[in-house]
Amino acid sequence: MKSLLVALLLTIPLAASDDDSFLIRGATIHPVASAEIQNGSVLVRDGKIVGVGRNLAAPKGTRIVEGKGLHVYPGMIDSATEMGLSEISSIRESVDVGEIGKFDPQLRAEVAINPASEHIPVTRANGITTVIAMPMSAGGGGGFGRGGGGSIITGQAALVHLDGWTWEEMEIKKSAGMGMRFPIIPPPPGRFFGANFPGAKTFTESKKDYETELRELKEFFENARRYQKAKAAKEKGFQTDLKYEAMLPVLEGAEPLIVVASRERAIRDAVQFADQQKVHVIIADPRELGKMGAELKSRNIPAILGPTLALPLHEDDPYDAAYTLPDQFYKAGVKFAFGSFNNEFARNLPYQAATAAAFGLPVDEAMKAVTLNAAQIWGVADRLGSIEEGKSADLMVTDGDPLEARTQVKQLYIKGKTVDLDNRHKRLYEKYLGRP
Amino acid sequence: MKLALLAGGLAATLAAATPPIVIQNATILTVTKGTLNGSVLIRDGKIADVGEKVAVPSGAKVIDASGQFVMPGIIDCHSHIAADSINEGSVSVSSMVGIEDVLNPDDISIYRALAGGVSTANILHGSANSIGGKCTVIKLRWGKDAHDMIFQGALPGIKFALGENPKRAGNPTGQRIGAGNVPGRYPATRMGVEDVIREAFNEAKAYQQSWKDYDQKAARGQPAVPPRRDLKLEPLVEVLEGKRLVHAHCYRADEILMLLRVADDYGFKIRTLQHVLEGYKVAKEIAAHGAGASTFSDWWAYKMEAFDAIPYNAALMTRKGVLVSLNSDSDELMRHLNDEAAKTMKYGGLSETEALSLVTINPAKQLMIDNRVGSIEVGKDADLAIFDKHPLSNYAKVEKVFIDGQLYFDRASDLAERSGREAEKKKLMDKEKEEQKKNAPAGRGRPAA
Repeated sequence: MKSLLVALLLTIPLAASDDDSFLIRGATIHPVASAEIQNGSVLVRDGKIVGVGRNLAAPKGTRIVEGKGLHVYPGMIDSATEMGLSEISSIRESVDVGEIGKFDPQLRAEVAINPASEHIPVTRANGITTVIAMPMSAGGGGGFGRGGGGSIITGQAALVHLDGWTWEEMEIKKSAGMGMRFPIIPPPPGRFFGANFPGAKTFTESKKDYETELRELKEFFENARRYQKAKAAKEKGFQTDLKYEAMLPVLEGAEPLIVVASRERAIRDAVQFADQQKVHVIIADPRELGKMGAELKSRNIPAILGPTLALPLHEDDPYDAAYTLPDQFYKAGVKFAFGSFNNEFARNLPYQAATAAAFGLPVDEAMKAVTLNAAQIWGVADRLGSIEEGKSADLMVTDGDPLEARTQVKQLYIKGKTVDLDNRHKRLYEKYLGRP
Repeated sequence: MKLALLAGGLAATLAAATPPIVIQNATILTVTKGTLNGSVLIRDGKIADVGEKVAVPSGAKVIDASGQFVMPGIIDCHSHIAADSINEGSVSVSSMVGIEDVLNPDDISIYRALAGGVSTANILHGSANSIGGKCTVIKLRWGKDAHDMIFQGALPGIKFALGENPKRAGNPTGQRIGAGNVPGRYPATRMGVEDVIREAFNEAKAYQQSWKDYDQKAARGQPAVPPRRDLKLEPLVEVLEGKRLVHAHCYRADEILMLLRVADDYGFKIRTLQHVLEGYKVAKEIAAHGAGASTFSDWWAYKMEAFDAIPYNAALMTRKGVLVSLNSDSDELMRHLNDEAAKTMKYGGLSETEALSLVTINPAKQLMIDNRVGSIEVGKDADLAIFDKHPLSNYAKVEKVFIDGQLYFDRASDLAERSGREAEKKKLMDKEKEEQKKNAPAGRGRPAA
C-alpha cells in the first residue's frame, strides 16, 4: 500500500504535463554502454536524450524530476513476442500469430498488432519499452513451431514501441527481420504419448518430410533469386509477385532471417543455409549450443535466446542446461539478446536475464541482453538500447536492480513521454482491494 | 536412469553413516521464528537445534555455510511430476483411481525439482473431471522406490476440477454440442459441473448411510449383509468424514463460490482451492469457509477463464485472511518457486517472511503436515535448502537440499560427476552402435525407429 502511494505521488506531477523535455537529477544512472553514474542526471529534450552526466545544467524552465534513491536504466527490449497478435492464447478468435501456408514472407506482423491489447500496458509496467512482434508457425496458438510442422517462412517481424494510439505510431522498424522455422526431423513424442499418439510419425516418415521441406525451401529461394534477376533486368512480361517481392530485402542482405532453430543440428543446418544463400541470419530460440559457438562467432551470427527458466532439452542434460546456456553463448563470443517468445510472460524478461547471471553470465552482460545487444541485433543501436546522447529517451526509473523481482518500476518514458503504468491487473487489484 | 543410480548411491552412502550434521555460519530463514545468523543441528533426520550458538556434537559432520542462506525445503502444493499418468478422463467422476498406483520414482523431474530446493510435493490427478482421482503427498527422495517417496502420515487427497477443463470433454469438437461425431461427456457447462459434484455426494451420503445401518445392525448382533464396496464412493465418504483432503482446481469467482456452497450443503470442507486465479474476488467467502488457496504467481491470459488473473492474487488473498500458497503445476516452474514467491513482494507488497511462507509453512498447513515440515524448528523433519544468496533474489541458486537429514542434492557433487556421466553415456552409446552394427541384417541400413 505504502509503495503504491509513493508511486502515485511520483507520477501525478509528471502526468500533469505531457511535455517530452525534462531533467532527471540526483539518480543513479545506468547507461549500460558505460559505467554507472552516482548522483547523476539525464537531460531530455523533444523526446531525445541530450545530456548524461553529473551536475548537468538544464535550460531555464525545464521540468525537474527528482531522482533521489532511484535508478535510471534504458527501457528494456524483448526480442521475441507475440505482442498485440494474441490476446488469449487458447481462444482462436483472439490469436493472429500464425497464418496458413508454408512460405508467407509477404505477411506483416505490424498491421495485426492490436494497440489496445491488454498485454501492452501489463508488459511495459515492468520496464519493457520495445518489443519484436513476430509471426510464428501456422496453427494459431503460437509456440514458434518448436515441434516442427506448419509454416517455414512465417512473415515479417516488426520492432515496435509499447506506446501509441495506432500501430503506425508504435512502429520503430516495420520489418526488422523475416521469421523462419528451419525444417527439422521432430524428436520422438514424449513419454506420455508414445508411437500411438494420433499423428505420430515414424522416423522414416519424418525424415522424408524433412527432406521435402528442405527441397521446398531451396526451391523457394531459387525462385526468389530468379525473380530478383528478372526484376533487375526489367524482363519483358515481368509481373510483381508479393511473396518474392517481400524476399528482396532478405536476398539483398538488408533484412535478416530470424531462424527458429532449437537443436544443434538445426543450428548447423541454418548456418550452412545462410552460407549457401549468402543471407544474414539471426538464430532464434536455440536450446543448445553444442559445437556451434565458433561457427556463429566467426560469421557474426547473433542469437535471440528463449526463456532461461526452461527445462533442459534432453532428459540426461545437466539440470541447469537452460540456465547456463546464455553464459555458453557469452563465453563463445556470440552476441545475444533475450526474447520471451510469448506474451503473457513478456514482463518476466528481466528474470530470464537474472537467472542467466545466477549461473555464470556477468550481470552487466545480462542487462545488455535486454537492452543494448537487442538494439544492435535489430540495427537500431543508434536510437535505442542505452542512455547516450542522441538516443530516444526510452527510460525506466526503478527503486533498485530491475533484474530482481522485488524491484518496482516507478516511472517509464518512451520517446521522452511519460507512460502510464496503470494496467488491467492494477485496476482489478485496486477494485477488489476495496471490496467491502 | 544413470542419474538415478548415481544420486541414489550418494543418498544411500549418507544414510548408512548418519552422523549428526551441523550447518554453520549461515543466515537461517526459519520462516516461523524469524531470521538469525547461526547453525542448524540435524540428528536422526530431525532438526535437533537451531540458534546463534549450537554446540557441535562429537563425530558431527560440519558444513560451513558462510555467506549462504538456509530455508525450509520448498513445498509445492500442486505438481504432476513422478506420475506415469495424470488424467483418467473417460468418466465425469474418477475417484476410484489414484496417483499412488502410478508413482514413478525415475522421473528426472524429481531430481530437477530437488535442484530447485523442493523437498515435498502434492502429486495431483489431472483436471479432466469434475471429481478426479486420488492424490498423494511425496517427499522428493530421489533414488528411493515409489513406496519410499510417499510422505507417510500426510492425509491423502482427491482432485476436484471446475470450469473449462472438466467441461471440455462435453464439447470435444470445440463447436456447438452435438455438432461433431464424438459423443460429448457430461458435463459441458459450469451448471453441469455443479450437478456432477452434487449427484456424486448424494450417492456418497446414501452409501455412507448403508454402512452405518449395517454397522448398527451388526453391533446389535442382528443379522446383516454388508453393502457391496463401492470404490468410487469410498473416497467421497472419506471426504465427508474429514479423512481425505479436497484439492479443487478452479479459476472463476462464480465456480469457486459454487463449490464452497456445495461443500457447505453436504457438510464437508474444501481444503485447498487450486489455481483459484479469481480467488481475490471472493477472498472473504474463501476465508469464511476456511479453504486454503494455492495459486500461480503471475500466470494469465492463456485461456478465457485466466483473463482476469492478476499477479496480486496471492497478496490480496493473504491480506483478506486466506491461507495462501504458490504452486507450480509445471515441471519447469517447480524449479524456481522461490523466484515466484519474490514476485508477491512486487505485486501487493508482501514482506520477505510472508513471501517465503507461500512456498513453505503455508502449503504445509494446507496439506496438514505443518507439524513435520515447512519451517526450521526443533523437532521438525530436517528438510532444508541451502542457497548461495537470499532465496528471494533472482540471482540465487540452490547449493544443497536435505530431506530427513539426508543430502539429496548437492550442486558441487552434481558438477563434479558430470564428466563421469558424459563418459559413461558415450560408452553406452558406442556399445549400442556396435550392437546395432553386429545385429543389422546384411545389405540393410539403420533400422527405422
